[in-house]
Amino acid sequence: MAQQTLSPISIVDPNLRKEVERKKLVKTSRTAWLYILPSGILMLIISFWPQIYQVGMSFTDYRITNLRFNLFRPETWEKYAPAFVAVDNYIKVITSNLAIENYDFLRLLIFNIVWTLSNIVFHVSLGVIIALALNSKNLIGRRVYRVLFVLPWAIPGYIAVQTWRNMYDPRFGAINLLFVKINEFLGTSFPTDTRWLEMAHDSGLLYYLPVAFFCVLLANIWLGWPFMMVVATGALQAIPSELYEAAEIDGASGWQKFWSVTVPMIRPAMVPAIMLGTIWTFNQFNVIYFISEGGPFGRTEILVTQAFKLIYEQRLYGVAAAFSIVVFFVLFTITMMNNRITRATEAYNA
Amino acid sequence: MLKKNRDILRQIGLQIFLLLVLASVLFPFLWIFSMALDPRNIDKPLELTVIPPGASMDSFRRVLFEPWQLLCKDPNKPETCMTFGKLLVNSLAVSLGVSVFAVVFGASAAYAFSRFQFIGRQAGMLGFIVLLMLPASATLAPLYVLLSQIRIGGEALRATLLGLAIAYAAGTLPFAIWNLKGYFDTVPKELEEAAVIDGASVTQTFTKIILPLSVPALAVTILFSFMTGWTEFIMAWSFLEDPARFTLAMALRSMVGQFSTPWSDFSAMSILMSVPIILLFFLLQRYLVSGLTVGGVKG
Repeated sequence: MAQQTLSPISIVDPNLRKEVERKKLVKTSRTAWLYILPSGILMLIISFWPQIYQVGMSFTDYRITNLRFNLFRPETWEKYAPAFVAVDNYIKVITSNLAIENYDFLRLLIFNIVWTLSNIVFHVSLGVIIALALNSKNLIGRRVYRVLFVLPWAIPGYIAVQTWRNMYDPRFGAINLLFVKINEFLGTSFPTDTRWLEMAHDSGLLYYLPVAFFCVLLANIWLGWPFMMVVATGALQAIPSELYEAAEIDGASGWQKFWSVTVPMIRPAMVPAIMLGTIWTFNQFNVIYFISEGGPFGRTEILVTQAFKLIYEQRLYGVAAAFSIVVFFVLFTITMMNNRITRATEAYNA
Repeated sequence: MLKKNRDILRQIGLQIFLLLVLASVLFPFLWIFSMALDPRNIDKPLELTVIPPGASMDSFRRVLFEPWQLLCKDPNKPETCMTFGKLLVNSLAVSLGVSVFAVVFGASAAYAFSRFQFIGRQAGMLGFIVLLMLPASATLAPLYVLLSQIRIGGEALRATLLGLAIAYAAGTLPFAIWNLKGYFDTVPKELEEAAVIDGASVTQTFTKIILPLSVPALAVTILFSFMTGWTEFIMAWSFLEDPARFTLAMALRSMVGQFSTPWSDFSAMSILMSVPIILLFFLLQRYLVSGLTVGGVKG
């Protein structure tokens, strides 16, 4: 066993080696956590603590009178502590047993998923198509287009949605005025006083997806594709041109080149962007809340806008907390499924 | 010759397509521009024109130089009202504060996640992604209580711009760390190994090698966190009390009335608020393509 004294590399005793490795791991862990500490503390206090508090609230009948309840002041406990109601709030939320107009959890959930899917399809396809168009050889004005096309992303969201809201106005809104111009030029007679956000149908597809849905969809497509375009552009620029040349030598058509070179090469960049986009769109508060306001009759409401209304209009804090937790689990499931599907196809390609 | 003709046709087709896209992108901007120039301050122009009849810059003058009657300590004294200049200073303070917190704290945490194999790494990464997904709607009340408890200089942290900046920073950190980690992952390890052989410490490799090579991702982090501070108003309305601390975003929100909105003023204010962000976007655009590393992220 004289070898042991030579150098750490020559340690042969497995226990000792494990011990050394463990010590090294602990040391690295300490350094690593030191680097995480500032942001860790910040997020623990500002983000995690209220979330845990929210979980607690979701099991109580927390209302406006309980707002004076303060966990840090024992003297407020007896008087203002909210009543414990166990999973009552969750049951009420899921079985649509709330005293709110037009509240139907299942419809809300399905609508939210339809909303997310239809947005993502347009965001990604438009983003990729436009990125491809901008990437083509000898394009005139490429730089100008690239600069101007990020404008919808660059403008503060609240301003964008207020502008769209104004454009959908039945009286002299820009969209209706656009139809006036079209009628003038083409001699057509489209209606020019459409109540875009208020029209409600009693049956059929337009009952579930009213005109207002297509209006908010259009506005959010306008807002969302530039992000996908930027991600796709970055990925496209990283594709070595040799790959295309090789495909050309093999006699591939443009369409074949797109599916066998472009798509696999931009996939690694697009998949995480799509996951992020899914989360953002699923919780896209501004567009729904400020443009359609959930109307007509709550048919364009999504989960987060409903949660917001539970707080600011109904003041049902406990129910809203339970609602938020449910929303989180829905989103978590979707993300995990998303992850599974993309991972599965990755393995298949390899 | 045939090839040349085809190229010209292709160019024309592409230009038509891109011009159509451009028109749809610019349409809302032209609308808001037209409303800002409209002298009547009513709902909307009665016709689809870029320059409305009697166009004037009055709305810009009002927004920029007149006191904000809705944001005063004492509504009877115009001198206690906020002005565009004061709102701008507050907005800049909050936005720059958020940027500094997000980029400094975010880069440091992202470095740990990118370069070390350590106990609790997986749990930490998962924690960020979960934080991205948790809707923050019902957390406003507990956060209000919590930040009211922390007092700085005899004042609740909640009612200060610093408190607001900290709260926003916590919200932007998950994405910042995720994105920065993805970028750090692309910096070759060999560079650091060489530095370590030359006797550099962990801190030195971080500040002298990783950070200078990650300018695009750092720029993107600054841009997004700046935008959060610049545009958020829901939390700001709930937390701040003193009108002297109000921000531009809050002022903009205050213009949208229940029954009527002075649309020309609103549009002018919107344009004034958008210009700095748009300029930042243009300045940082070359980083935007390379600095968004949503692609490089692996667990």
